[in-house]
Amino acid sequence: MRKLQFHPCGNFRQTYREEITIFETDFGRMWVLIGIVLLFAVIPFISSAYMVYILNTIGIYAIAAIGLNLLIGYTGQISLGHGAFFGVGAYAGAVLATKTGLPFVLAVPAAGLVTAAVGMVFGVPSARLKHLYLCIATLAGQFILEYVFVQWEGLTGGAEGISVIGTTLFGIDLGNDRVFYFVIFGCLVVMTWIAVNLIRTRFGRAFIAIRDNDRAAEGMGIPIFRYKLLSFAISSFYAGFAGALYAFYMISITPEPFNLWLSIEFIAMIIIGGLGSIPGSVLGAVFIVSLNEILSNITQYLMNVGTSSGVAITIAPLREFVFGLVIILFILFEPKGLAEVWRIVRSNFRLWPFSY
Amino acid sequence: MEFFLQLLVNGISLGFLYALSALGFVMIFKSSSVLNFAHGELLAIGAFLFLVLSSWANLPIIVAFAFTLIGSFSLGFIIERFFLRRLIGEALIEVIMLTVGLSIMFKGLLLFIFGGDIHNYRQFLPEGLSITWGSIGIPSVYVASFIIGILFLILFGFFFKYSSQGIYMRSVADNQPAALSLGVHVRRVFALSWAIAALVCAMSGIVLGIINGVNVHELSSIGLKVFPVVILGGLDSIGGAIIGGIIIGLLETFTGGYISTSLREVIPYIVLVLILMVKPYGLFGLVEIERV
Amino acid sequence: MENNIRLLLNNISVVYSDVIQVLKGVSLTVKKGQIVSLLGSNGAGKTTTLKAISGLLKPENGKVTDGSIEYDGAPVQNSSPEEITRKGIIQVLEGRQEFKYLTIEENLRVGTATRWGKPYKKDLELVYHYFPALLSRKKNMAGYCSGGELQMLVMGRGLMAQPKLLLLDEPSLGLAPILVKEIFQIIRRVNEELGTTLMLVEQNANMALQIAHYGYVMENGKIVMESDANDLRENPDVKEFYLGTAASGALKSYKDVKSYKRRKRWL
Repeated sequence: MRKLQFHPCGNFRQTYREEITIFETDFGRMWVLIGIVLLFAVIPFISSAYMVYILNTIGIYAIAAIGLNLLIGYTGQISLGHGAFFGVGAYAGAVLATKTGLPFVLAVPAAGLVTAAVGMVFGVPSARLKHLYLCIATLAGQFILEYVFVQWEGLTGGAEGISVIGTTLFGIDLGNDRVFYFVIFGCLVVMTWIAVNLIRTRFGRAFIAIRDNDRAAEGMGIPIFRYKLLSFAISSFYAGFAGALYAFYMISITPEPFNLWLSIEFIAMIIIGGLGSIPGSVLGAVFIVSLNEILSNITQYLMNVGTSSGVAITIAPLREFVFGLVIILFILFEPKGLAEVWRIVRSNFRLWPFSY
Repeated sequence: MEFFLQLLVNGISLGFLYALSALGFVMIFKSSSVLNFAHGELLAIGAFLFLVLSSWANLPIIVAFAFTLIGSFSLGFIIERFFLRRLIGEALIEVIMLTVGLSIMFKGLLLFIFGGDIHNYRQFLPEGLSITWGSIGIPSVYVASFIIGILFLILFGFFFKYSSQGIYMRSVADNQPAALSLGVHVRRVFALSWAIAALVCAMSGIVLGIINGVNVHELSSIGLKVFPVVILGGLDSIGGAIIGGIIIGLLETFTGGYISTSLREVIPYIVLVLILMVKPYGLFGLVEIERV
Repeated sequence: MENNIRLLLNNISVVYSDVIQVLKGVSLTVKKGQIVSLLGSNGAGKTTTLKAISGLLKPENGKVTDGSIEYDGAPVQNSSPEEITRKGIIQVLEGRQEFKYLTIEENLRVGTATRWGKPYKKDLELVYHYFPALLSRKKNMAGYCSGGELQMLVMGRGLMAQPKLLLLDEPSLGLAPILVKEIFQIIRRVNEELGTTLMLVEQNANMALQIAHYGYVMENGKIVMESDANDLRENPDVKEFYLGTAASGALKSYKDVKSYKRRKRWL
């Protein structure tokens, strides 16, 4: 048996292969295995029904956040339309399941593909637009898609929405939260694995090159427009996939949740998690969903307490206030996000007592 | 025909309002290249400050107006000093998210204090300003906004093109390290531009408040409407912002009048995407000069 | 003798982000009215030395941790660039940092930032006198100008501030030899006619030593050699490593160069 390797105290990499390995040590690999075991064998059985609901939401958002991080954090193309892409996935999944009767296993990836196509359409401006202008173009995409959700009543059911009932996977009823948990987190693990490996390929390196300097990348022979589109497609695929899961999980969908606010939450996730970090996207999703839940619980509690005194109604906006404040504080004090915090904590352990 | 003319007049008036509310946005962008998502909230803060001072504290209009301007000026200064200054030189997305965070925060705070209702100023504009041509009327507020808009256009144009401080501001937007090496007081430039922008926002917020009443949701959604306006005109051109505003205003009223009212809200964005495909830097924006 | 000194660097150390030490005890003196050139290979710390003087280390998270920088007898280390530029030290950055969207004339006007509100017409005339190429293009946007024009522009912009000490960082970078010669002649004229003290960081040691009065050679964050420019030009080591001509004038084999390198480390 090989000797268990611990983290070296410096950069001893000698080959490119070593440079792109995911796990530098067997120790890291072991921790991931332990994590997966915990995730599938322990957590779902000890959590309350409410906890499972929150975890499921986190899992769905984490998939979308990973996709968005591929686009913003790795390719450097800002998208303010991911909330709508998420919605496209949700609607595509629901429509495919209700109108064409596609089974769940096929409907979710198909919804991802549909969203990828839509994402590519809205990625086309990236051929000529950069930075702020692209950012605004995707913002416009967000509003246009929102309009489509409400107005294309024949397909989306307008403001009423669509409901998908009785989803099954290989004969197992997915109506149960705990069962759906395994589906969501199975998908999350696979999607994370794909994303982490994608970054190590030539595509991933091309994305990073485009992020750092797209003109120079073009000069190096990277067809930047094709790669930008690809990045939009992959990223929207993730968003659409997550959206479809959301539709099947929530059973009924309406246009409301897929607004600009959701797009902003996604970006907040990857910023708080850490731009250009896949684990960071997951951490960010955990953080934002938990924050939302905690804040709404607090406001609910305060409302119940204050029903008689009349201050209750006015407390709700404070939730937004705190949310905004948290985003600001993170950007000001930990701009590299939770992933960086985690790295610092880890290297403190590793390098203790000599910090450099 | 009369319907058409009325729509035309309405569209242009609305466009001027948009242009007026976009001025502060362009101001910030021009000096510090920051895309301010908290713009709508700045409008709202100015409008509410004026509301508190004029209607609730019952100060004379002129005094209330002066205090509102002073207050917003300081607010812009504070925002720059405590939030944006720390992000000088950081990535675009972080600056954008900071302004998004500010916008969420301010909106929450305003809703907390004033609630979601519509408040009204007391009547103070002279009726004599309104213009009527036969059956078509332009209310006095629109005339006032038109005058203010033109005035600002000229003022800012001269300021940026000829005054030293204006040139310093542009130099900072252009190349910060170089500006720093020449002794341009970069921090002062940023603070000043935010302060002036907040002041302009307050002014626009008040005009909007006179017309539509003061409402948090309404005003902060105008902050998003500013994007198509300024992009159409090119992000850094004030004259462009005015023309962009008029185009958007006309588009909205005509779509609302002839096609459907629900399309009215998205039509600016659809046109925006189409125009960006053809002219990536807007109709009057500076073409980005890039050298590798 | 004392008040003859414009700038005095006394044993300064510079550390970036609290961990990377770039300058390790640099001392140098710049006398009034002189051209002092600072030579050295890439990464030797020349640019950092200039930035330490002009205060531009701060935005890059660098700091002077030890030693002192005295300008006209007063300490200026770790002051903000705004203060330092107002005292008359202007740095012309490496790599032609023009303002792309400003016209040539507006670019020059930014140079007046240190004395905002004072008349600048005379200075404009002066700059156009030294750099006549700029006059014909004064209404053009700087982003569309050629490399040579831009180098003249950024130097002219520095002169607009009426500096007492002008720090030039690689003015010859990426220019054709004939332009380099022209630029260096202008530098010498500025020094002689306006009496501006100049500090010149250069890779083109040959040109730099031709116009400089005094020279320093830097390596690994230290000054390894200093002397009159004429003496430096004659020094066999400098010839070998910086001027590219061996003592005998003949090309040496690569092997010998390597052995020199080893010796150089012990300097």
